[in-house]
Amino acid sequence: MGTFTRRRLAAVALVATTALLGATACGGGEDKAAADGPVTLTVDVFGQFGYDELYKEYMASHPNVKIVERGTGSNLDEYSPKLTQWLAAGKGAGDIVAIEEGLLVEYKANPQNFVNLLDHGAADLKGNFLDWKWNQGLTADGKQLIGLGTDVGGMAMCYRKDLFAKAGLPTDRDAVSKLWPTWQDYVKVGEQFKAKNPGAAFLDAATNTFNTILLQTAGNTSGYSYYDTSNNLVVDSNPAVKQAYDTTMDIIDSGLSGKYGSWSEEWVSAFKQGKFATIACPAWMTGVIEGNAGPGAKGKWDIAQVPGNGGNWGGSFLAVPKQGKHQAEAIELAKFLTSAKGQIGAFKAKGPLPSSPQALDDPAIVDSKNAYFSDAPVGKIFAAGAKSLKPVYMGPKNQAVRTEVENAVRTVELGKRTPEQGWTDAVENAKKAAAK
Amino acid sequence: MAVQLDARPPVRPAHRIARPGRGARLSRFDTKYSPYLYIAPFFLLFGVFGAYPLAYTFWVSLHDWDLLGAEHPFIGLDNYSQLLADPDFWHSVVNTLGIFVISTVPQLLLALWLANLLNRQLRARTTWRMAVLIPNVTSTAAVAIVFAVLFGREFGMINWLLDHVGVDAIDWKANRLASWVAISTMVDWRWTGYNALIFLAAMQAIPRDLYESASIDGASRSRQFWSITVPLLKPTIIFAVIISTIGGLQLFTEPRMFNSGTNAIRGGPLRESQTVTMYMFENAFAPHYNFGYGSAIAWLLFALIAVVAAINVLLLRRLGGGAARKEDSR
Repeated sequence: MGTFTRRRLAAVALVATTALLGATACGGGEDKAAADGPVTLTVDVFGQFGYDELYKEYMASHPNVKIVERGTGSNLDEYSPKLTQWLAAGKGAGDIVAIEEGLLVEYKANPQNFVNLLDHGAADLKGNFLDWKWNQGLTADGKQLIGLGTDVGGMAMCYRKDLFAKAGLPTDRDAVSKLWPTWQDYVKVGEQFKAKNPGAAFLDAATNTFNTILLQTAGNTSGYSYYDTSNNLVVDSNPAVKQAYDTTMDIIDSGLSGKYGSWSEEWVSAFKQGKFATIACPAWMTGVIEGNAGPGAKGKWDIAQVPGNGGNWGGSFLAVPKQGKHQAEAIELAKFLTSAKGQIGAFKAKGPLPSSPQALDDPAIVDSKNAYFSDAPVGKIFAAGAKSLKPVYMGPKNQAVRTEVENAVRTVELGKRTPEQGWTDAVENAKKAAAK
Repeated sequence: MAVQLDARPPVRPAHRIARPGRGARLSRFDTKYSPYLYIAPFFLLFGVFGAYPLAYTFWVSLHDWDLLGAEHPFIGLDNYSQLLADPDFWHSVVNTLGIFVISTVPQLLLALWLANLLNRQLRARTTWRMAVLIPNVTSTAAVAIVFAVLFGREFGMINWLLDHVGVDAIDWKANRLASWVAISTMVDWRWTGYNALIFLAAMQAIPRDLYESASIDGASRSRQFWSITVPLLKPTIIFAVIISTIGGLQLFTEPRMFNSGTNAIRGGPLRESQTVTMYMFENAFAPHYNFGYGSAIAWLLFALIAVVAAINVLLLRRLGGGAARKEDSR
């Protein structure tokens, strides 16, 4: 090899090295649109928010805005760590991000990551939201509004008519609602169902039901679950938690659960194969059921009242991260999507129950029916109770603590722990998780 | 197996022409510095993607570092002392080592057997040799999803087959040993062929006359395999063990995808199949977002791999040397 080629090689190596360094230095370069040029807004969501039609409408009236949605249909468990990483890295998050209420409490401790919507005229919108939904979006000192509410999770009980008929139970939704005024009645109905051996479990998994009972009991009593309103961990002293745990143990004892770990692949398969008859059903769950059970089960599902009384599970917010390049445009879009009109549009598309009282009163919601669920009057079932929903306060490590307690429920459900051992585990592990 | 490369640049004769011309200066520059330029890309990349993250992770592990928090107070080695007393961490270490042993032992035996078969005079030999590598080319996530379905409790094919032979259904995900076996199957499916090819390459380097003289002495085929092939393959086997160690102790995708649903990162309600990397992820990201603690786990995992690798190097010296001596005595 002559010196000439060797020198050339050295030059190539040098250039390659520089290029690589350059690439790492400016990787992830953003499109820098001129102030009045076209703007692309990215909206990060999980699950189904039902915004497609609204985007089209908004883009038609704002020709300089292009909207891209990411994460549609993804699992909250996958979405939330990703979002947290984006926020921590100061890069990568969409211009608008959806935040579930359980996660919002953690983000509230670090509000510096988000635009204060109160600085951008959001205060005028207060009347557009249920009071508690508005307050949930505020930081503890009330000075910063992180997110505008999208939906709330009013509760019902979804059930399969064909399996109920097989077990000789009534199938009409009013008659079914009358079967279970309380959770004890629900267990009794389950035992009747099981006695007829219909080839399916009575409910999907104890964990979802546990969370439903807990949020309902807590909403009707103390107003908080694992943390009291001064952020003290009260998992072992709040009677609502123990009461919900004990009721769930009754369900497990009676052998009613199909033990399909919620959100797992088996859970999804069990939907498809009709392997359980009932599932606790916050408003947003209707979209999940339709997606999992598929078109083949259309008309087999119906919606009845939830045992016990009311309750709220879930619901989300739209926030604008500070790292965004087009904050003004993003705020405007977030306001549009969370307006009464936006919430009605989302409800019609995918079923999330509005958090705006105006939307809840709108005939488009009140009179709406869900064809998939045998034309159940979802407007009446969910919207009627939505305005009297009693929210449950959530403390800073709510998600981690909830994980531990639900895991303990799961170990009992799978027969790996007795109810007593499970409770000890729940309390111990919850304390450990809260301290982490 | 230990390959010693001479890393020094070849010695060039000194320039006889003393005239300090432009060409000569360039040439001297070339001799002195271009070797460094040639190797620079690796070291720069290693610095950016290897050394820097390593040091930064250590720095983070000395802090109480909430992933989203604005302040990260320095806490010294607190994370480490907490971690050493954390039963969930040691549980995940046992899981990782358990899965490692269950997957590696049958994997290497199977690979050895496969390599021996492929080493024979077969029809369409290259096709077979390529075929064993196919599992390695498929995406881990896809493999894991398929296996997770196969090992389903109620709708899985494995349990369906077991049912046909009268064995009760196994809850693969909620039984610690069963979940280890299921995950090991995934690992083996992916890596057996790869190791078989490495063994095959080593087998082909064994001189054929050893086998010829053995068969003249009347040694059977299996005797030849155990007395010639295996001893001469020992260094390669140790190499394969080391590579499997590094991969096995960092196992993440297979167990993560095997567990689906809420909090899959826990590896089951009682952490049946949670590996160290999963435990690290659980702490550094959802639901704890404790970046400092997660970083401490990463460093202890690093130490663990170093220890296991060191044990392997000791084995390499002993067994590898043994094989070489045998070879010399022939």
